[in-house]
Amino acid sequence: MTDKNGFFDLSRTGLTRRTTLKGLAAGAGLAVAPGFVRYSQAQSSAPIKIGFQCHRTGIGAAYGRWYDRTTAAAVKAINEAGGINGRPVEVIIEDDGTDPGRGAEVVGKFATQHKTDIVYGTLFSHVVIGSAPAAGEAKMPYFVVSEGHHVASTKLNRYVFQPGITDVKSQIQAMAPWIAANAGKKVTQIFPDFAFGYDHRDYLPPALKAQGAEVIAQIAIPPTESSFTKYFPQIPAETEVIYHVMVGPAVLTFVKELGEFYGSSRPQLFGFIDSLEATDINSPGLEFLDGSHFWEGSPRYAQTDDSAAQKAYRAAVGIDDNGAAVGDPKDVSTAAHMFGCWETLYVVKKAMEDAGYKGPEDRAKLVEATEALTEFAEGPEHPQGPKTFNGKIHQCFGIQNISKVEGGRLNVVHKTKIEDGLYEPEGDYTTQPL
Amino acid sequence: MHFGPHLLLAALEGLVTSAVLALTALGLSLVFGVMRVVNVAHGEFFMLGAVLAWAISTAISGHPALGFLAALVLAPLIVGLIALVSERLVLRRLNYNPEATIVATIGMLYIIQQLALTFYGPEARPVEPPFSYRILLPWFGYSGYKLWIIAASALLLVATWFVLTRTKIGLVMRATQYDSETAQAFGIPVDRVYAGVFALGAMLAAVAAVLIVPISQAHYLMGQDPLLLSFIVVIIGGLGSLRGTVVAAVLIGLSDGIISVFFSPTLAKIIATLLVAMVLVFRPQGLFGTASR
Repeated sequence: MTDKNGFFDLSRTGLTRRTTLKGLAAGAGLAVAPGFVRYSQAQSSAPIKIGFQCHRTGIGAAYGRWYDRTTAAAVKAINEAGGINGRPVEVIIEDDGTDPGRGAEVVGKFATQHKTDIVYGTLFSHVVIGSAPAAGEAKMPYFVVSEGHHVASTKLNRYVFQPGITDVKSQIQAMAPWIAANAGKKVTQIFPDFAFGYDHRDYLPPALKAQGAEVIAQIAIPPTESSFTKYFPQIPAETEVIYHVMVGPAVLTFVKELGEFYGSSRPQLFGFIDSLEATDINSPGLEFLDGSHFWEGSPRYAQTDDSAAQKAYRAAVGIDDNGAAVGDPKDVSTAAHMFGCWETLYVVKKAMEDAGYKGPEDRAKLVEATEALTEFAEGPEHPQGPKTFNGKIHQCFGIQNISKVEGGRLNVVHKTKIEDGLYEPEGDYTTQPL
Repeated sequence: MHFGPHLLLAALEGLVTSAVLALTALGLSLVFGVMRVVNVAHGEFFMLGAVLAWAISTAISGHPALGFLAALVLAPLIVGLIALVSERLVLRRLNYNPEATIVATIGMLYIIQQLALTFYGPEARPVEPPFSYRILLPWFGYSGYKLWIIAASALLLVATWFVLTRTKIGLVMRATQYDSETAQAFGIPVDRVYAGVFALGAMLAAVAAVLIVPISQAHYLMGQDPLLLSFIVVIIGGLGSLRGTVVAAVLIGLSDGIISVFFSPTLAKIIATLLVAMVLVFRPQGLFGTASR
């Protein structure tokens, strides 16, 4: 083996004055680069660092974009009002690719490299479930905005919280009476074949049964599927209601193909808006949804009875009356979920202030302070509505909206009560050691 | 639903899959047959076709058919041009070395994918179909556009077959495939043939993507499935055999459609992969391939 290019010839790689200067300049550049940890800075004036585990890419990208905007708006509002405990809030974003494996790595990166105070902002349930053990191991408080039942099931760990959005089990329980009374008694479910879909699979049948209705078929579809017609023959002919909840890039195809399959003689449709988040309901091919009903966490379209807080929140995040980005009517928001980011950040603020939070050494105190919370009043900090919080299962409970597609917009026709969605806790996180 | 209509729906779905798959796999097979290059970036040319179809059809206002037709012509041409450039810049400099080109095309896969993510974004965006006629069957409705995909794809396959077997360009390609050194000795510009074949292969993938994008959606990760299925088809059909590719595409597409309607899509994928394993064990050259010389 010859060393033709002299890679291993040390005599040729001696340090010159020029390379030394270059190296020094690069090192100095790194030290002032954003995100570089400056250990010497005093804790009291340093910003509170929130690690935002964001679905920038992958199947959750549209949600990630809007979670990002909502987070930025909430942090701006919090900082303008004096920050948390007098310290500014800084958000550090890492993309998890909507992938559970990558999600766990991102949590690790926040804990060891960025040394953030908390990790926050995850939506997709498989990413939450994949990342939660890493958060527990690093004793890193992990505030998710996921909607899934995994937090409230107490199957994760003491460091995982969901204080900004109601979980699926509660949503379903709250809406089942309306579905049974207004849509139909024989229900066929179509859901994505992963954790979030399983919440629907497991909790809808008992909830409907309690109302005298039944689930007659359950169709699981892989989340990366791009064509759906082949699943539709599995829908029994006697179906009165199709209950659909789909996620991922192909949701529009799903609804279009359902329309082609049934035409005008369709069963009633009840869907989770997840099937059409970030999608204009006036897109070609979606006419067939007219008259169907959707669950919405927070209404996409401005309603006549919107509170002042709701109006202020919409303006701060930058969405117009149709729920699209101000100035770009094609950029439709994920309004039904992203309010959870806003509210979660205010819960974090409240809990940090209650705990007298100073830095990562107070993380256990922050966990206990969050668990001690019980109620969030409707207002600028909680524009979606009032909520109760159960510290034992780390889950909040709020009101749900059922909206009807009419005249090319979604109008809220029914609001559930908080009590409709309460259930017996399945466990108690507070018994776990910190 | 009764068995008859159920089977009809399954067969229709399978035929749409076959039609698109045949075009995509044909591109892969052609590149391998003539150049002996395993093009791992093939799926990304498919994705580029769909993304460009979105860009072109949104840039042109008026009736959706206008934008779609423009996309059907322009998107494959642009993709062909990109393939041509990458062939000149990468594959040629590696002297079409089989091992080196595999690694190089894996690199191209990531570069194209990340460029699409950077400039097009992570969203799935719809392209409006040129027409939205719904065929009303007594048991279920079916998209007229999907039937049109089958027809258009069959037409394109016949055109490709005609070019390869009945024209001088096709003769030159076949000569290069048969024995590139002798072809060069007879004055065939093998180098230019390679460039043309690589572009043509990418264009076939792109045109398949333009056809499918009104019923699917353009997304930067959409190239992965077609790549995998194309490899399955090409291995079963025999690398470099055009007839084998088309037969295998119809076989895989139909079985995928029928098995996933009656049983589950996962089972369809399992069976296709099992078939690949069986072919590799018992007939490594593929159903219609000739043993390597």
